[in-house]
Amino acid sequence: MTGFILRRLGESLLAIWGVVTIVFFVTRILGDPAALLLPIGASDADIQALRAQLGLDQPMLVQYGQFLLNAVQGDFGVSFQHGRDAMQVVLERLPATAQLALTAIAMGLVIGTVAGSIAALKRGKAIELVVMAVALLGQATPVFWLGIMLILFFAVNLGWLPTGGYGTLAHLVLPAFTLAVFVSASIARLLRSSMLEILKEDYIRTAKAKGLLRHTVFFWHVARNALIPVVTMTAILTGELLGGSVVTETVFSWPGIGRLIIQAIEAKDFPVIQAGITLIAAIFVLINFLVDLLYGVLDPRIRANR
Amino acid sequence: MALLEIKNLTVEFDTPGGVVHAVNDLNYSVEAGETLGIVGESGSGKSVHILALLGLLPCPPGRIVSGEAWFDGRNLMALSDSDLRSIRGGEIGMVFQDPMSSLNPVLTVGRQLKEVLTRHTNLTGRALKARMVELLDIVGIPHPEARLSQYPHEFSGGMRQRVMIAIGMACNPRLLIADEATTALDVTVQAQILDLVRQLKHDFGTTVIWITHDMGVVAELADTIQVMYGGRIMERGPVRPVFHDPRSAYTWGLLNSLPDEGARTQRRLYQIPGSPPDMANPPPGDPFAPRNPFATERCHREVPPLRDVGNMPGHKVAAWYDLPALLAAQSEKEQTP
Repeated sequence: MTGFILRRLGESLLAIWGVVTIVFFVTRILGDPAALLLPIGASDADIQALRAQLGLDQPMLVQYGQFLLNAVQGDFGVSFQHGRDAMQVVLERLPATAQLALTAIAMGLVIGTVAGSIAALKRGKAIELVVMAVALLGQATPVFWLGIMLILFFAVNLGWLPTGGYGTLAHLVLPAFTLAVFVSASIARLLRSSMLEILKEDYIRTAKAKGLLRHTVFFWHVARNALIPVVTMTAILTGELLGGSVVTETVFSWPGIGRLIIQAIEAKDFPVIQAGITLIAAIFVLINFLVDLLYGVLDPRIRANR
Repeated sequence: MALLEIKNLTVEFDTPGGVVHAVNDLNYSVEAGETLGIVGESGSGKSVHILALLGLLPCPPGRIVSGEAWFDGRNLMALSDSDLRSIRGGEIGMVFQDPMSSLNPVLTVGRQLKEVLTRHTNLTGRALKARMVELLDIVGIPHPEARLSQYPHEFSGGMRQRVMIAIGMACNPRLLIADEATTALDVTVQAQILDLVRQLKHDFGTTVIWITHDMGVVAELADTIQVMYGGRIMERGPVRPVFHDPRSAYTWGLLNSLPDEGARTQRRLYQIPGSPPDMANPPPGDPFAPRNPFATERCHREVPPLRDVGNMPGHKVAAWYDLPALLAAQSEKEQTP
């Protein structure tokens, strides 16, 4: 088990290094931030001076080496836009993103597992058709369109909720629901197919032959096994949402990481882009690692193979 | 007194290819303490009728058209879901085939044993634990206490089958039904399991229905043999007369397709011609008639009733022809070229 954890840890670091490297070189393709930072009409000498100050006049590989050396120490440089530590700028946005992501996942899990279970248990009934149709619709609806429709209806027409912004619980409702629609639809569809598979298993017949009560069969035998793939999907979705939901955050003016990185890309704020992407990659890798550990808890056969 | 009596049981399946007549007007009973071996090939209705009377048949596509199943004065077919659940696993224990897939892979063996005990008995705490250890010990699993916290994948096939039997026997059932319980096992393990079942019958007087396609297993274990084909009983009776004096051409074919034990005869093994009937379009008469070299014109036309036959009480056959006479005539013909 220790060997397994060490191996996974090594893989995780390798993955983060890969992401960071790709981001470093891709950001250099974006263009010259010096020209953008200085007012229009600045002289070539001014631009050269700023480039030297930002270290952009060095050869690419030297810049890369310096960047890695600093990054390992947690130093991602100073934001061109904000004039402060780049990672600091990113981390300040993390609570808003985390709040939105975790609320959406929680809502999505509750709605998704209930809907998926109903669809699986009411196989062939009208209710299954309704649930699955709604789920398909939910998964296929573009987030930006749904967000705007929700704003139009609940904020503009009814005036019940704010159109955007951050702060109170009321601000959280619409963006979280927008994301939860996709999350719950995905979970419902996966859980349904997973349960239908499990219901065919011989051990479900054994459980029924034991005369177990219906809820014992459902929770201990059907759900316990059917949830394993759902755990993976939930983790991947959580990772994605924690990386900032760019569209939703933009539509609802939510001050999260996604919106910050979009703004940083527009301003060619290399340190913030690099710090932000590194953080997202680290979160994603960490969650995958936790899922691997959770798998072992959920499925003893996986634990045995480690 | 009959512990289980099945009357006029008919089960059908709705399939895209039409209605499959899986079990057709089945009637039989099992006496308390008896061991009934039910033999037949896939699609003979031997497993389906058991699932039907225990309420385990997936409906749809399955459909119980008619029938009664009297177990100790109660008609299982008329019981409510919750009443039937109380009998299943308690008074009637089940052991399924393929121990690889019949145990839940993510729950410990102890948990799977415990849930049937807590459902049907009042055992708790130390008494419950002691009973679980005792059960694994009875079925011959070494180190039962340590084994309780292990998962099915940590057991061998034979050990898993023993766990299944322990689960089936957990609440001292009056009737134990085993469906191909030794089919997935190699012969030495199979022999151990059969010994174990005999021991359990001896110790607890359990009535057993043993479903198999293996005549050898029935010969070793059963008091009564019931041969099924096309959802009907072809022949039934005490094991000895049925094996030595078969009256159904199907039973005769099955017995002749077995290698003789011990004797190194040069006899070619008999092969039943043709293939199993399409039960979506069953033959109008005797379901075995199309494959039966002794079939008469009436066999193709009319379903034979189960009638008493031979010298032993309880020996019954569903056939229009007289097999011993036909066999005697055949051997006479062979001897006089």
